[in-house]
Amino acid sequence: MFDEYLARRYRTTTRPKKEHYLVKDSAAIVGIGATEFSKDSGRSELQMVCEAVKAAVDDAGLQMEEIDGFVRFEMDYTDEMHICSSLGIPKLTYFAECGWGGGASCSTIVHAAAAIAAGVAECIVCYRGMNEASGRRYGRIPGTPSIMTAPRDHFGSILPFGHCTPPGWVAMFASRYLHEFDATAEDLAWVSVVCREHANRNPNAIFYDRPLTVQECVEARMIIEPLRLYDCCVDTDGAVAIIVASAEKAKKLKQKPAYIVGATQGNATEGELMTSYYRPVISGLPEAWYTGQELWRVTGAIPSDVNVAQFYDAFSPLIPMQLEEYGFCDRGKGMDFCRGGDRIRLGGELPCNTSGSHLSEAYLHGMNLIAEAVRQIRGTSTAQVKNAELSLVTGGLGIPTSAILLRN
Amino acid sequence: MVKLIEGIPIMRPYIDLDNQGYWDAVKNHKLVLQYCTKCNRFIHPPRPMCPTCRSQDTMEWKESSGKGILYSYVMFTSPKMAYPAYELPYAVVLVELEEGVRIVTNTHEIEPDEVQIGLPVEVMFEDLPDGQTVYRFKKREA
Ligand SMILES: [Zn+2]
Repeated sequence: MFDEYLARRYRTTTRPKKEHYLVKDSAAIVGIGATEFSKDSGRSELQMVCEAVKAAVDDAGLQMEEIDGFVRFEMDYTDEMHICSSLGIPKLTYFAECGWGGGASCSTIVHAAAAIAAGVAECIVCYRGMNEASGRRYGRIPGTPSIMTAPRDHFGSILPFGHCTPPGWVAMFASRYLHEFDATAEDLAWVSVVCREHANRNPNAIFYDRPLTVQECVEARMIIEPLRLYDCCVDTDGAVAIIVASAEKAKKLKQKPAYIVGATQGNATEGELMTSYYRPVISGLPEAWYTGQELWRVTGAIPSDVNVAQFYDAFSPLIPMQLEEYGFCDRGKGMDFCRGGDRIRLGGELPCNTSGSHLSEAYLHGMNLIAEAVRQIRGTSTAQVKNAELSLVTGGLGIPTSAILLRN
Repeated sequence: MVKLIEGIPIMRPYIDLDNQGYWDAVKNHKLVLQYCTKCNRFIHPPRPMCPTCRSQDTMEWKESSGKGILYSYVMFTSPKMAYPAYELPYAVVLVELEEGVRIVTNTHEIEPDEVQIGLPVEVMFEDLPDGQTVYRFKKREA
């Protein structure tokens, strides 16, 4: 069942004709909006989401009444009904919900772009809003008030071993990855250091004024071995909204459109929620590989065409692993790609995570990464890649995932 | 390793019709694995049918040798991210059994610095005061 993946052989390399992949260039991201990123917002998630949507509508130069669709994350405590009631959005013709935690980030764009290409709606908001730092934390440990009850699948059979939090689930993959490819904590530290360099240029980043060295990374306290403090994302209160509109409408709006060249999702067999430990190899991310292969297939682009990338980085090992799975380097070479930082920092061959991303800007489950990819296309990033034409974003890992490719 | 802290209840595994045979065996101090007699293949975690031949009537529970090697591990050292019912530090390990499948488990009487990928281990069982039976893995001679 893993032959395709292990042999790095996708089912087809045939590019779809325009009429067979309607998403391509049919829609664009026209507006981005966010609250401040903080450790304690002091207000409700619904309020923050409304603020972010309002900011995105203003950014796009739209009227609130023009919004006719919403796509939300499955595990979110706000919903389109109450958002519309708060913002006075009169009606919707499309709403959808995307599964799998952070894997949903680019999935929201897949849904929005597909709905627009199909003519179901014209102006769709994708969003995420959370008081994750001050309030309910995702995957909070059992026994605390916000208990994550044993899920009704195999995952629920391994929580009793004390394997109960996201860093632990990912650490199991990381442990094997570092072992198989002989990587050290210092190698890994470069990932966090480069993200921090980018955050140090971004006044909206939580770690804007806090530089970070390799030394600090390797000496930081252990969260769950082998992951140390700076290998983990920064819990955040905040909200981000992204507005997708038809390409036709996009041309008439305020901002330079970030056209959606491709938006794909991927699932791979023998999956378990963040704990797919039973596959032939666990030092890779098959879902990401499938998502990437499909993205290259439908867009006709190849990895070396990409000018700038925002890789989902809830934990630092996920960046080298994705560099491999999305085809930017060979299997087992992701760590080499990151070591020293030169290839992934601004000015390098593939500047990655230019806002500081989840490790250093904010952890808004991928939506702040999409906003940064849009800024790269507009030319307004604080770590701007010159003449960025193709901008990649990826979704959460260890779960069914998603990715998008934007162009100017 | 894995010392329980008294007074904090331990979460119970989720048991349904598809994995009940597995947990019933654990109760009897046996580690069993799902096996397809048509494909001669072990399957874990348990599924309602064989993912290779899609049969439902060729699946049986076969006892595992209980022997394997430590394939990967994580070490919980910080209370913030750990399970409150266990004393720190504790390891959660992924054991690759001789039958070729992997299971998630804890260690028994293995010091933290001995927890290394490649360590030969074997299964042991413990009946807990709350009535449930758990399995863990201890060192074995290679
Ligand atoms: Zn079979």
